[in-house]
Amino acid sequence: MFKKHSEIFILFIIMITVLMIMSALNPTKFMKLVNFQSMAFQMPELGLLSMAMMITMLSGGINLSIIASSNLSGIITALVLIQYATPRAGSVEVALFILIAIAAGFAVSIVIGLANGLLIARVGVSPILATLGMMTFVNGLTIVTTRGYTLSGFPPSIAFIGNGIIAGIPMPLLIFIVCALLLSLVLNRMALGFNIYMTGSNWIATLFSGVNNAAVLIKTYLISGLLAGVSSLIMISRFNSAKSGYGEGYLLITILAAVLGGTSTTGGFGKVSGLVLALIILQMISSGLNLMGVSAFFTLSMWGVIIILVMAANFISAKYSRPFFQKFFLSPGTV
Amino acid sequence: MSETSVMKRFLRYHEFYVLIVIIILAIIITSVNKQFFTLENFFDLLKSYSFLGILAVGVLIVLISGGIDISFTAMTSVAEYVMAIYIINLKGNILIAFLIAILVGLALGAFNATLIHFLRIPTIITTIATLNIYYGLLSFFSGGKWIYSLPNWFRDFSVIEVIKLVNKEGIRYGLSIVTIIWIFVLLLAFCILRYTTLGRSIYAMGGNRISAQRVGLNILRLQFFVYCFMGFLSGIAAVVHALLVMNVAPNAIVGKELDVIAAVVLGGANLAGGAGSLLGTILGVTLVALMSNGITLMRVSSLWYNVFIGLIIIVSVCMSAHQLKIKQSQRAVIDIE
Repeated sequence: MFKKHSEIFILFIIMITVLMIMSALNPTKFMKLVNFQSMAFQMPELGLLSMAMMITMLSGGINLSIIASSNLSGIITALVLIQYATPRAGSVEVALFILIAIAAGFAVSIVIGLANGLLIARVGVSPILATLGMMTFVNGLTIVTTRGYTLSGFPPSIAFIGNGIIAGIPMPLLIFIVCALLLSLVLNRMALGFNIYMTGSNWIATLFSGVNNAAVLIKTYLISGLLAGVSSLIMISRFNSAKSGYGEGYLLITILAAVLGGTSTTGGFGKVSGLVLALIILQMISSGLNLMGVSAFFTLSMWGVIIILVMAANFISAKYSRPFFQKFFLSPGTV
Repeated sequence: MSETSVMKRFLRYHEFYVLIVIIILAIIITSVNKQFFTLENFFDLLKSYSFLGILAVGVLIVLISGGIDISFTAMTSVAEYVMAIYIINLKGNILIAFLIAILVGLALGAFNATLIHFLRIPTIITTIATLNIYYGLLSFFSGGKWIYSLPNWFRDFSVIEVIKLVNKEGIRYGLSIVTIIWIFVLLLAFCILRYTTLGRSIYAMGGNRISAQRVGLNILRLQFFVYCFMGFLSGIAAVVHALLVMNVAPNAIVGKELDVIAAVVLGGANLAGGAGSLLGTILGVTLVALMSNGITLMRVSSLWYNVFIGLIIIVSVCMSAHQLKIKQSQRAVIDIE
């Protein structure tokens, strides 16, 4: 039991260590409610995108189009909002149009997810290529629809999604928690989740057990697209604007976060709880260094260092916990 | 050999399809704007895409070896910045500029190789992490400052033209020295991949790493060569980039890594390793160059550029996936789909 969750345990220890280091470095500022609240505002965006990345990695794939798809659905939502939810419209109408705008954004992200899924599962394109092409294409669409400008001028109520606080908990964090719970429910308690893990760890064996692999993959990319859509909602309401190219730097960071959380790059392994811990670690490093006035670029390189250290620690612990026989009689490449 | 069998042989190659797309594109662009099919435009394209072309060669070799390198844009930026600071403060000449940039590139590439080989971290993770480390540290220490004051001899070198011609309106143009550097890199990579044991071993390692190891290939040496070569080319590309744009910015190149990988993949390189050719890579870069140049020459708004590139990538990868399916169905083994 303990062995099975050892990776989560290691992450937990790292989290406590980082917490202690950061509060030692910022004795007066770090352990404050305000600081934790601001962390809670910043984390969900990257968190939702990382979940979108993680679920495709579990199935043995990758989704490079999440940021682009998030931007496009944000832009579509913004377009509907600017066009119809004007101050002249009545409050009921505004509420209605906000719902329609959100639905339109989700529709876009679902279509992109579906297209990814079809390309990968039905045409047989490798995930990295299909989503790379989709990323470029959708990025192009975001530039064409906005003509490179920033869209702004939303009704004030939309800002609540990104900046509101309910019972002391920031709204984005609440959305993130709900999505994380739903995703772990799907992954741990539903047949679909089980099948996603199975296709990721052994495609052929899964096929022979009577699973419709193609359908599983399509659903995986659909969920991934949907999560990107949710993140777009938080993104546009936090910035109170939509634009092509928001958060492009996050793309590779989401892969790092997923891997730091214990998701295997080849698929089949990884837990939502690990990802959440990894995100908290990354956010604490970022906020702590920020409080010390260190440049954001230094934080970026620290994230890189942390991931390499964790991967190295995993490798070394795996190497030395192996039985004597394996260590000496199997060549390193085969294990 | 009869004509039909020659045709059939060509149809087997991915490069052939890319070539057809390029020819069709060239015909369309020429029919809209005659300016396209001139030696002047051709030389200009060869100059401005040499930077992408040099990096693409390195990416191709990494892909052939079965890995992937995302950090090359950061390696190029670091090499470029260090080189610029060195030649501004300590004088020097063009050879020293290349030497410094290459040494920096090699060192960063060797760091990648060390992590990949000794810690067995998946290549994509290692190189994403080192991308952030290199780029983060570069921006941190440089403070994001741009460098404009490159020395005069550097400026003079960039305008050297190997072949000098005069067009009808009397404007002079020529084949830039930068293109020659690209051609040199291509020849070097061609010789390594085609005629050396090293090159063939890289293909073998990419095709099946475990078999390669059993046959007795030195995986450590190969990995080091592949990632150091990527660093070496990043160093060359760094100088070429500085020559082309005549200023150095820490954030000018990072973020374009997937564009280069897309160009290489368009040329038929397989992300699973073991396959890919220099000809294909050249065609892939050509295709990207033609798209961009064509959009400008056909006076289509540049806003549409990414839409077209994306569509071409999607269609091309669908085509090759379809081909692969057909090929597999023709094999005489029972295979599962």
